[in-house]
Amino acid sequence: MKRRISYLLIACLMILSLASCTRDPKPPVDPAAPGKPLDGGEITVAMYSDLDSSLDPHESGNSAATREIMFNIYEGLVKIDSEGNIIPALAESYSQSESSDEYTFKIRPGVKFHDGRQLEMADVISSLRRAAGLDSGVALVAAFSAVKEVEQIGDDSVKITLNAPDTEFLPRATAAIFPRDIDPVTQVCGTGPFKLTSRVVQDNIVLEKNEDYWGTPAYLDKVVLKVYEDGEALVMSLRSGASDMAMRLGASQIAELDSLNIIEGSNNLVQALYLNNAVKPFDDARVRQALSYAIDKQEVINLASDGYGTPIGSSMYPAFGKYFMPELTDYYTRDVDKAKALLKEAGYPNGFEFSIAVPSNMPPHIDTAQVLVEMFKEIGVSAKIELVEWATWLDEVYTQRKYQSTIVGVDARDATASDLLSRFVSTAADNFTNFNSAEFDKVYAEAKASSNDKEQTELFKDCQRVLTEEAAAVYIQDLASFVVMKKGLEGYLFYPLYITDFAAIYRTE
Amino acid sequence: MKYVLKKTGLLLVSLLLISVLAFLAFSVIPGDPATKILGTQYTPERAEQLREELGLNRSLVERYLSWLSDFVRGDPGTSYNYFIPVREVLSGKIQVTVALSLISWLIIVLTGLPLGVFMAKEQRPRLGRFGIVSNQVVMAVPPFFMGILLTYFFGLILKLFTPGNFPGFEESLPQTLFYLLFPALAIALPKAAGVAKMLRSSILKEMRLDYVRTAYSRGNSRWDVIKNHVLRNAMLPVITFLAMTMADAVAGSIIVEQVFALPGLGRLLLASIGNRDYPVAQCIVVMIAALVVFMNYLADIISQYVDPRVRLN
Amino acid sequence: MNYMKNANFRAGVAITSFMMIVILIGLFWTPYDPNAMSGSEKFNPPGLSHPFGTDNFGRDIFSRVMQGASATFAIAAATVAIGLAGGLIIGGLTGYYGGWLDDLLMRINDSILAFPAILLALVMVAILGKGRMNIIISLGILFMPSFARIVRTEVAKQKNTDYVRNAKLMGASDIRILCVHIFPNILTVLLSSVAIGFNNAVLAEASMSYLGLGVQPPDPSLGRMLNEAQNFLTRAPWYAISAGIAIILLILGFGLLNEGLSDE
Repeated sequence: MKRRISYLLIACLMILSLASCTRDPKPPVDPAAPGKPLDGGEITVAMYSDLDSSLDPHESGNSAATREIMFNIYEGLVKIDSEGNIIPALAESYSQSESSDEYTFKIRPGVKFHDGRQLEMADVISSLRRAAGLDSGVALVAAFSAVKEVEQIGDDSVKITLNAPDTEFLPRATAAIFPRDIDPVTQVCGTGPFKLTSRVVQDNIVLEKNEDYWGTPAYLDKVVLKVYEDGEALVMSLRSGASDMAMRLGASQIAELDSLNIIEGSNNLVQALYLNNAVKPFDDARVRQALSYAIDKQEVINLASDGYGTPIGSSMYPAFGKYFMPELTDYYTRDVDKAKALLKEAGYPNGFEFSIAVPSNMPPHIDTAQVLVEMFKEIGVSAKIELVEWATWLDEVYTQRKYQSTIVGVDARDATASDLLSRFVSTAADNFTNFNSAEFDKVYAEAKASSNDKEQTELFKDCQRVLTEEAAAVYIQDLASFVVMKKGLEGYLFYPLYITDFAAIYRTE
Repeated sequence: MKYVLKKTGLLLVSLLLISVLAFLAFSVIPGDPATKILGTQYTPERAEQLREELGLNRSLVERYLSWLSDFVRGDPGTSYNYFIPVREVLSGKIQVTVALSLISWLIIVLTGLPLGVFMAKEQRPRLGRFGIVSNQVVMAVPPFFMGILLTYFFGLILKLFTPGNFPGFEESLPQTLFYLLFPALAIALPKAAGVAKMLRSSILKEMRLDYVRTAYSRGNSRWDVIKNHVLRNAMLPVITFLAMTMADAVAGSIIVEQVFALPGLGRLLLASIGNRDYPVAQCIVVMIAALVVFMNYLADIISQYVDPRVRLN
Repeated sequence: MNYMKNANFRAGVAITSFMMIVILIGLFWTPYDPNAMSGSEKFNPPGLSHPFGTDNFGRDIFSRVMQGASATFAIAAATVAIGLAGGLIIGGLTGYYGGWLDDLLMRINDSILAFPAILLALVMVAILGKGRMNIIISLGILFMPSFARIVRTEVAKQKNTDYVRNAKLMGASDIRILCVHIFPNILTVLLSSVAIGFNNAVLAEASMSYLGLGVQPPDPSLGRMLNEAQNFLTRAPWYAISAGIAIILLILGFGLLNEGLSDE
């Protein structure tokens, strides 16, 4: 139903990760000729969907859309900057044991929560223990399931001990820290540059500047996030000036907004036709390759999103500069004869039929699916689109893996390569495509075990190569994402993750 | 009095039936709320823990009874999706839907009735024919398409309002009411055409009766006859119909809220069905259904009050 | 047929046959492949090559309206068929035998009829799921009560006629009496409810597909097209208008037929 609930909801994507650290930064897109920043002011941001889940920052079901906003409210020991670097947040410094199984964080003094209380060691310990599920037995933050113990060291430090060495843990240490005596399910109280002051379900969310912020404070006094859920209505509100800004618009919408500042970025999602590798006919790599040969990625982008978007060839998007392999993008180029030959070889000379499950609230994926169906027709394969509710998708496709194929965008929860790769390990709990390759498992394990950054990077690249060669999925594109701001607003930063940093936005004269 | 008591008893039975049906319906829906809540981070252990917390492990009857007793006491539970009380989720939404339904109902009454009388008394063949034909066409326009047309002409071309930019009651009452006028028209126009048509044929039927001929023979004009004699009798079926129309207006708002992006119950219902937010969906279904049943009840009571003949049936 | 004297009926026949012809042709031939996309022909306004213009994928809207109308009509027909079959069985039995079962079923029947159809349809779709088949089943079930009510009344009326009594005396079985003697006699009465049934079914399918709960893309259906078209109202108003007019014509045609049939 909700047709247009859209792009932000592309959002409700996937998640998960573990981290490695620095990566080549994606150059932040610089709004033309930045003016002089002014302090203060209030903006209204038009959003495509409500934050449709609990605001509990540890609640892992959080959609990407929710995390995008919560980034402004909650902070962890460390956080990511717009260039993808891990920077200190509530920890002012940290160290990592030789064996990478112990991480020690020195807590920043003088930090205040939004309710005015001082951040204390006990708050840090209780939040981290909750995230790791040390007392409840169930880790709320998946990445923290590897945590064995959280203990206070001296007056001002906390030590996290892991079950096994992990060089990618640091970027995971973003799990939110909040006062030990609040119920984060119903109360929102963090340390970030903005605090949440009110929320009306399906209508609006109001953020106000945290005057006591420990770091660089926000420019704006107030950010009102208004929920539209309707593409046309959202665009109208921007045109009429009722909204000042919107993120993650699609190509078809910006056509009507040329009086505003339009900044092109990417959604940082791996959009692909994910195939259930365990069911016929997709258990045969030749069939998966045939589908990959059947499509013309650039043509998909032209038809479905007016030519905006970046083709990709494996489970990695360009913002991960260090790991992204542009050479894989053209590993398969459209070749109908080759596709037909592969199908014949695999025993499907007359093609076959299959269904593509697409979450009904994600128009970009529905549009892509419609184009793919036409392209598959030409190699004799008849695909049928089946729109499913997001909840059904999570249940049947993602959890129970009862599907043939699906189109979604997969995002990285933290800034780590394994966020996008670990799900293809044959035994991974979130391996919803049932990909099973001994080679991949081996290379991935080696990569995780490696402590040499350069070697690790190469191994992660090998992982991607395996995914492409085996055609684990039909990789399509990183969707274009446009940010639209009223003239006089500047400072939008593109992060390599699904995040919007309102603290960076400012008015100019 | 006996009639009212009987109808009231039936009303209570219907309400109970609604609550059972709504509860059952949302209990047999395939899919597990726990998987939706946990999202992509589902693990069997966490799901089990959550089901325990949400009370999903209890038997159906137990769950129904505890839900019903809470509901009657004004606590429809906690949203599975937002983790806040359902009452809080609904706050603000009810006003929108109620205001929208009321305005559309008023439009139906204020345009449908005069139009019906006009079409009955109009004897110029061309004009009468035109009225009947255009009335028939308007009746055939689905409310959501009417909404799209109104959005296009009044919103995008004439720019009388900004589609999707619903101000909200707290922000500005007059602007909000003005905005609601368009979705209300979308609901009301096809219905008003129906009312007009019904009144017209009801009047024409009355006109064939003996007392009308007598009235004519006393030298009254057609209009006087309609005004003084026919209208009151012809209105009887229409009054019942109007009470039921109120229920239709509520139902119509479910779809039209989507067209105009109104933050009302209809949109919330669709979203919560999609999100498997059963406590919210259940509450809305029960509320709308109860309202409809209550309107029908009122229609029955009113019609027996204005026309005692009904009691004999 | 003395119906032909009735202006409503004539107009209804004219509009419905026009739509039927369009739908029939659409089954075998459309000017373009309704699903064929063309990057260079996005959002073309109506013109000589595309009488209704093109959509966001450069697909020919006229072809899609033809196909969409037949999809919508097919669903309406299946819905009415299921509703009528169920209505004949339930209404036939309760009307013929009467008794407590009759009271009970009719009471349930009436309480279902009291609900707004859209609400029930939403709940049904929530239970059964979306898609063409499910929407037919959901709507079909929803249509049973109104048919059952009409059939019951008519059967109860016919039950006491002389010819039925005679048939009984001659030893005809109940089933035979119902099927051979009673049903043929109530068919004419049923015609007008079938027409109004089509009217409601087209509206219901269009509404559900508009809400995204009916036919799924890329299959066209008129409601589904309106849903998509609303996003492009500024850029391509012809998209919404063509689909909407097709819905109106279908509804209007059946509405007029019903009028004509029920005017005595």
